[in-house]
Amino acid sequence: MSAIVTRRQFSISGTTGLGGLAFAALSSMQAKAEKIDPLSKKKPHFEPRAKRVIFLSMRGAPSHVDTFDYKPQLTKDDGKSAKYGAGNLLGSPWAFAQRGKSGLWMSDLFPYLSTHADKLCMLHGMHTDEPNHPGATRKIHTGSGQFVRPSLGAWSLYGLGTENANLPGFICLGGGGGDKQNCGNAFLPAIYQGTLLGSGGPNGGRGAGGSSIEFPNIKNPNLSAADQRKQLDFIQKLNRDKLARDRVQPQIEGVIQSYELAFRMQVTMPELLDLSNETEATKKLYGIGEGVSDNFGSQCLLARRMVEKGVRFVEVVSNGWDHHRDLKNEMEDHCAQIDQPIAGLLTDLAQRGLLKDTLVIWAGEFGRTPHGQGGNGRDHNSAGFTTWLAGGGVKAGFAHGATDDYGYAAVDGRTSVHDWHATILHLIGLDHEKLTYNYGGRDFRLTDVHGNVVDEILA
Amino acid sequence: MQRLFSMIWAFFAGMTAVSTGEIPVDKLNYFEKHIRPAFIKYCYECHSREMGKTRGGLLVDTREGLLQGGDSGPALDLNDLSKSLLLDAVTWADPDYEMPPKNKMPEEVIAHFEKWIAMGAPDPRVREVVKVESNIDIEAGKEHWAFQRVERQPGESIDTLVGKKLQLEKLTPTPAADPFTLLRRMHIDLIGLPPTPEEIKEFAMAWKKNRDAAIREKVDDLLAREQYGERWGRYWLDLARYAESTGNVNYSYPEAWRYRDYVIDAFNKDKPYNRFIQEQLAGDVLPAKNEAGWQEALIATSFLAVGVKNVNETNPRQFRMDIVDDQIDVTARAFLGLTVSCARCHDHKSDPIPTTDYYALAGIFLSTRTHYGTVSAGQNRRPSTLLQLPIPTESVTQSYSEAEVSRMREELEEHRGAMRRSRISEQQGENAMNANRARAMRNRMSVLEGVLNGLDGEGVPISYTMGVQPLARPVRSNVLMRGDVEMPAQQVARGFLQVLHHEETPSIAEDSIGRRELAEWISSKSNPLTARVMVNRIWMHLVGKPIVATPNNWGTTGQTPTHPELLDYLASRFMDSDWSIKTLVREIVLSATYQRSSRANVSNYSKDPENKWLWRASPRQIDAEAYRDSMLQVSGNLDLSRPLGSDLAKLGQGRVGRLPLDVNSAIARTHRSVYLPIVRNNVPEALALFDFADPAAPSAKREETNVPGQALYLLNSPFVIQQAKNMADELGKRYEKIENQIAHAFLQVYGRPAQSSEIAESKAFIASMASVQSAGTAEMSSPRPFDRRRPLPGGQRRGRFQRGGVQAATPAIPVDGLTLFCQSLLASGEFRTID
Repeated sequence: MSAIVTRRQFSISGTTGLGGLAFAALSSMQAKAEKIDPLSKKKPHFEPRAKRVIFLSMRGAPSHVDTFDYKPQLTKDDGKSAKYGAGNLLGSPWAFAQRGKSGLWMSDLFPYLSTHADKLCMLHGMHTDEPNHPGATRKIHTGSGQFVRPSLGAWSLYGLGTENANLPGFICLGGGGGDKQNCGNAFLPAIYQGTLLGSGGPNGGRGAGGSSIEFPNIKNPNLSAADQRKQLDFIQKLNRDKLARDRVQPQIEGVIQSYELAFRMQVTMPELLDLSNETEATKKLYGIGEGVSDNFGSQCLLARRMVEKGVRFVEVVSNGWDHHRDLKNEMEDHCAQIDQPIAGLLTDLAQRGLLKDTLVIWAGEFGRTPHGQGGNGRDHNSAGFTTWLAGGGVKAGFAHGATDDYGYAAVDGRTSVHDWHATILHLIGLDHEKLTYNYGGRDFRLTDVHGNVVDEILA
Repeated sequence: MQRLFSMIWAFFAGMTAVSTGEIPVDKLNYFEKHIRPAFIKYCYECHSREMGKTRGGLLVDTREGLLQGGDSGPALDLNDLSKSLLLDAVTWADPDYEMPPKNKMPEEVIAHFEKWIAMGAPDPRVREVVKVESNIDIEAGKEHWAFQRVERQPGESIDTLVGKKLQLEKLTPTPAADPFTLLRRMHIDLIGLPPTPEEIKEFAMAWKKNRDAAIREKVDDLLAREQYGERWGRYWLDLARYAESTGNVNYSYPEAWRYRDYVIDAFNKDKPYNRFIQEQLAGDVLPAKNEAGWQEALIATSFLAVGVKNVNETNPRQFRMDIVDDQIDVTARAFLGLTVSCARCHDHKSDPIPTTDYYALAGIFLSTRTHYGTVSAGQNRRPSTLLQLPIPTESVTQSYSEAEVSRMREELEEHRGAMRRSRISEQQGENAMNANRARAMRNRMSVLEGVLNGLDGEGVPISYTMGVQPLARPVRSNVLMRGDVEMPAQQVARGFLQVLHHEETPSIAEDSIGRRELAEWISSKSNPLTARVMVNRIWMHLVGKPIVATPNNWGTTGQTPTHPELLDYLASRFMDSDWSIKTLVREIVLSATYQRSSRANVSNYSKDPENKWLWRASPRQIDAEAYRDSMLQVSGNLDLSRPLGSDLAKLGQGRVGRLPLDVNSAIARTHRSVYLPIVRNNVPEALALFDFADPAAPSAKREETNVPGQALYLLNSPFVIQQAKNMADELGKRYEKIENQIAHAFLQVYGRPAQSSEIAESKAFIASMASVQSAGTAEMSSPRPFDRRRPLPGGQRRGRFQRGGVQAATPAIPVDGLTLFCQSLLASGEFRTID
């Protein structure tokens, strides 16, 4: 299937047969139509710095003191007893250096990404209040570790609608257990939920090249596109007859529209997910086909394809960052999985002129302890960690906030998850205090009653 | 044990700061010099508010923390200091409590602790008693319209009250609906299934003889069917946030289905609504005529137990208060249409509900033990027991021989021993068990425990239920500052929401837990909300528009009623008919308001597009269950019998991801949708896609969406294609002529005769599809459309969005023109709409 078989375009006014209706009724019908199509593009609260978001979600919580948060004192005091816990301090096994013109500190774990230091904006003062993975992962996605709340992506889509009516507006790639909630719509209308694609795990049960992801029910097991179009024409004829009989029937109008989008998605979705048309050079840029980086590289490339096509919010998941033991090998392996793909993504976005209004976010759910666990691992640490942003609206080659000398707790530029969410919404033109949804008699916000925009990092 | 903690905690929290400033200077100095630094150095990392950690539920940063203790009991025993757990822990006297773990404190520090405890553990780190005051003016709050008494409306009826508004708004109501539309509307509204062609023909004949009698008889017929309770019980299950697992770290509730069946039966028996409330809130303590009656009421209390449980919560007090919060939340929302939970942390922002009222209710639920089961393993730190039913019921799970039981017990003991040995070697710095093996072993232990927990000594499954029991001695709750379990303020007496106090407000005796009183207070005729909230929902389900547009918010930020007199008319009729839901449903369905045509009238539409004033019947979307059930009925596949338990219940206790359950393949079963497994965070696709209510919280009203995922499901899913195929096969068997097949299909699906133009167009469509090359050659061989049980690398199970190549391997269902025609009817908007 390569060509879109379109027969007709429907417009709302063309199908209602209500030509003679009073103006007021028409405008109330348009209000209804908007209610039916909650994905239509909406005006942000103010001029956005970024139009779309790619969230690189590192599940399991990567160590900040081995990657982006340089702690010379920790290295110096390696082996000394720690005031925080049972294990002794564990200096990072990797050397740090200042990178690029900006001189951001990054460890040797990221040979590719470190060449992009001048694009990154570090938040070293992050902290959270959830000590365990499930709660902290929910928290960084939804603002609440405890309750079922809509995901950051769902809120973004609810606030802005989407740019491409032929595709879902929020897609989560490579997620796994818990992601129906992490990327869920909760009480927001179902259309804002993240569409989950692909599977978790380093190899995720997927072949090389990322071609085997499929959208549920995207392909009819029997019919050719032409035959299915014939069937759909018959269905739409039944629908339009019904509409003509009823005269006013927004419900049926909604059905008609969603069938047309669904029909188009049967072509756009597989096309979107098919990487075979990308050049070898592009694939190489993302580390596709090169061992450990193949899977995450494919997902990053898909993410670029999606935002390019107008998808509002794409999340890309990397699993397995919970390094309680064997830190040395685990970190080297996992960083190699993501290093070239992320560098490739930033290069590709910049080349295509997309980086200036695309916000790329990198975050785990918390950080890791400066002291060792079992000698060669690090435990959970919710008191301090690092996330970074790049692209639309953030200062490039910039670092904000700090943990203490050992990297244990955020002491300067402290940024809570609510602050972080408020800042991300701000960058896409939404005021986190105004973006509300009434559910069960209460106006809910992503940031609950908290959150301050981190003004210092705005470009 | 938990109950004990909360009592101890409540006791001490109430008498904090007794000895402030009374510690002799030498003892104080000893503490400051030796003990405080040691606590900070060795203990605070895991047991202090400052570090945000409460390992094992224990805080050692205040005297109260030590006294209230953690999972294992109080750390200090004031009656016999030498038996204090703190001492055992720091001396490593008990291998289970060696603190700090891995590195023992130096001997001299341990000696300091011993001496300090011998001194009587003088500790200046006491918490001040705080009193949380409220600024809410309750009396002013009572002025809100919804908190006023229900007013009778003598001499009125539904139609007179609706008519007055229509007149006022100068709207002409539409004429009565035709018999086909009305019959289909009544069928779907009352039993969630469309009428069969035979029923349509019978009704059309009866209508000709006597329209009103035909409608009356049909309503009575439908109300008497078992399918009525399955339809209306499901609405209640949304409000009861019913599900068969804990959510989050997802452990199964294999006994939850008993509550589901209780609810369905209650609607079918037309159990008076006041009694229905009382059983769910206090069935365990209500007087019962006999054991069967008590059993039924006990099962009803599962209402308080089926909520979300964060079973890997480390802090037992937090876990306890989260259960209490869930119970307060579901009680207030399901029965009163109010959100009370905001008052957990602060006075309610918009409604006159002070935080002290919240904790008055909390005392009632703190005096209650909640039984929800769940197997103790892995991430589950908070399992509980279940309640054994006095009268055993048919087993859902299998029986085992005594030999099998003892073999399982032995195996479990062996694994426990192996784990213990591994732990000891690890502590001694030797090689512990390999992580993968340990994980596999823990999983196996969890399975064994799950099975063994459900069996009696002879291997026969025990009939358990979820539910609640009263504590022997009721407790009061402390008000918690900002809802923080570690910051108790004053205690408050058990009680109700003051703003709703009415003439029949009982008092709660000192020795009574108060749950029965709460149930009576809610279900009293003088409670201003209970009847109104319920009739508003019943009206909404039948008429499409609630009278109060915010059915889950009756507080000051909720909407005011469009028809206040009608609301009170319905509420008083409801109470006068002994709270009979069926009587009210019958009265609404028999009204002219219900029976109107839904056809739009352009002049009315321009004035009132929302149909706020009920000038027509509002067209509605069919919900997920009725949609699926209707498809199964027209395909001839619907099995109307009630299955025993649920697919999840058959697997017993366990962690959802590890049980061999595929909720999506369960869709292919042919029982009604209310019997599908409802697993939190994993609702079957066919329900979730069509706006099923998320069971995370009580829901009064579902969303109505139109999304492409739904359209793709209808166009391409094996389930829908299979139903179309079966429907076509049946049509082929029944009629030879294509025209007859088409006419019958229209009757089945739309509940109305086909117009001649429709027959002609359908015939042309079928003929045009005659050349369709069906890719499939074989029938679907199993009801499991996708085999997602193939283990993945890393032990993951194949999830919903991972089917990839699997879908391609699914044998396609052979389709022909007639099948595609049937599928088109099923996929069309008219089938999904109630007109």
